[in-house]
Amino acid sequence: MADKMHLKLTINGEHLETLCEPRELLIHVLRERFNITGPHIGCETSHCGACTVDLDGKSVKACTLFAAQAQGATITTVEGLASPEGMHVLQEMFREHHGLQCGYCTPGMITRAWRLLQENPDPTEEEVRFGMAGNLCRCTGYQNIVKAILAAAAIMNGRDATADDAVKTPEEVA
Amino acid sequence: MIPPAFEYHRPTDIAGALGVIAEHGDEARVIAGGHSLIPMMKLRMVEIAHLIDLQDVADLKGISVGETIRIGAMVTQHGLINDAALSAAAPILREAALQIADPQVRYCGTVGGNVANGDPGNDMPGLMQCLDATFTLVGPDGSRDVPAREFYEAAYTTAREDDEILTAISFAKPAGGYAYEKQKRKIGDYATAAAAVLIEKQGGKITAASIAMTNLSDIPVFSEAAGDALKGTDGTGAALDKAVAAMLADIDPTEDNRGPVEFKKHVAGVILRRAIARAVDRA
Ligand SMILES: Cc1cc2nc3c(=O)[nH]c(=O)nc-3n(C[C@H](O)[C@H](O)[C@H](O)COP(=O)(O)OP(=O)(O)OC[C@H]3O[C@@H](n4cnc5c(N)ncnc54)[C@H](O)[C@@H]3O)c2cc1C
Ligand code: FES
Ligand code: FES
Repeated sequence: MADKMHLKLTINGEHLETLCEPRELLIHVLRERFNITGPHIGCETSHCGACTVDLDGKSVKACTLFAAQAQGATITTVEGLASPEGMHVLQEMFREHHGLQCGYCTPGMITRAWRLLQENPDPTEEEVRFGMAGNLCRCTGYQNIVKAILAAAAIMNGRDATADDAVKTPEEVA
Repeated sequence: MIPPAFEYHRPTDIAGALGVIAEHGDEARVIAGGHSLIPMMKLRMVEIAHLIDLQDVADLKGISVGETIRIGAMVTQHGLINDAALSAAAPILREAALQIADPQVRYCGTVGGNVANGDPGNDMPGLMQCLDATFTLVGPDGSRDVPAREFYEAAYTTAREDDEILTAISFAKPAGGYAYEKQKRKIGDYATAAAAVLIEKQGGKITAASIAMTNLSDIPVFSEAAGDALKGTDGTGAALDKAVAAMLADIDPTEDNRGPVEFKKHVAGVILRRAIARAVDRA
């Protein structure tokens, strides 16, 4: 057996350390060594996105990364999005618009959407669908997930998310 | 699903990476974005005792755009898509990269890993053959350049020796019109058929055409005959039929979960027609 390594990560603003084997997957380290169970394991084969975390500013599938590759990284999981004042606006909008049913995909969805809205703060519906294509949902049919993300973007851009014109039409973008 | 234990190395320069390969030979293998390699390791289809992570090797990063364009092997698909100068100079790269996998995979997967992998499903090899790109390899005996059109020998077998690292990809800034067209069953799937096309026109007539296709043989298919069929024409009608027929004669698809041979040939024809039409239109 290979030697264990001393893994140091910053997760949701906290410095965390553990001993682990380089071959352990990041998702297992998060869930089993740090008890950070927001990121889920859906497929474990790089397809579903339930394990999505934010690593050094990128949305990544934590089932397709060895712990060793993440050495020194700064990671945000769904647990890190809320603040003492309350839930993140994305979380609020997922609740408001019924963006989940069983909820299994939700932590990955919200963590991915969080990065997407930082890169593209005011996306069209089509851009949301394209930007969320790495996250599968077996329940909702996606409609309400897309609505929730667009509503969160509208609020973050200072528009009234309940107004008819809150969501940008393709013509407005062109 | 985790692979057998391995020793992990993270060198900061190319010499350091070559040193680990020299010491451990066949037991050592480089990892770039890991999005082809890690799934294979998890399935225990490849076993690696010494894994060499290239993420800290600064010399493998960066994009330079001039009359010649050079892309470091460790540039990710995400980095490529978001490089404004590259997208202006060679928009076909962005068009192709946006059709690879999904956002999460594109943050990790690298251009070097995509061309070095040798999987017939990878999109970048055919694209690089269309661009007539050159791959730079560095090994114990120094550096050498191999044309993309001569790099692929069979599935997972390339001109790269086991002790060589692919450091960069370069090609002349393309002129004229372009298109990357891909048929896939869903986002995140490999191509049923994909076509990379570059077209140059003068006074309404095509003066140069370069055409390559993906996942229709065990290696990418660059068809000189398909390009030649378009030269001196406007790229429609009989000339288009002739180009498609030439390509269909060069591909050699096999039946798999993406369909039987006849279906793949049909899709290849449809995709190629669309790609040529778009490239001619943009030229
Ligand atoms: C869900 C999913 C969908 C995908 N869909 C597509 C798709 O539609 N189209 C597509 O093209 N790809 C697709 N991929 C593959 C993805 O693009 C990979 O990232 C890519 O094929 C390999 O790049 P990498 O950087 O991840 O390489 P790695 O996985 O790290 O390496 C791949 C191979 O290349 C070797 N290698 C890597 N870099 C070098 C180097 N610099 N020098 C020498 N050898 C090197 C490695 O040793 C390994 O053998 C998909 C992957 C997933 C998980
Ligand atoms: S669990 Fe990682 S992609 Fe499905
Ligand atoms: S809410 Fe059940 S998988 Fe998405």
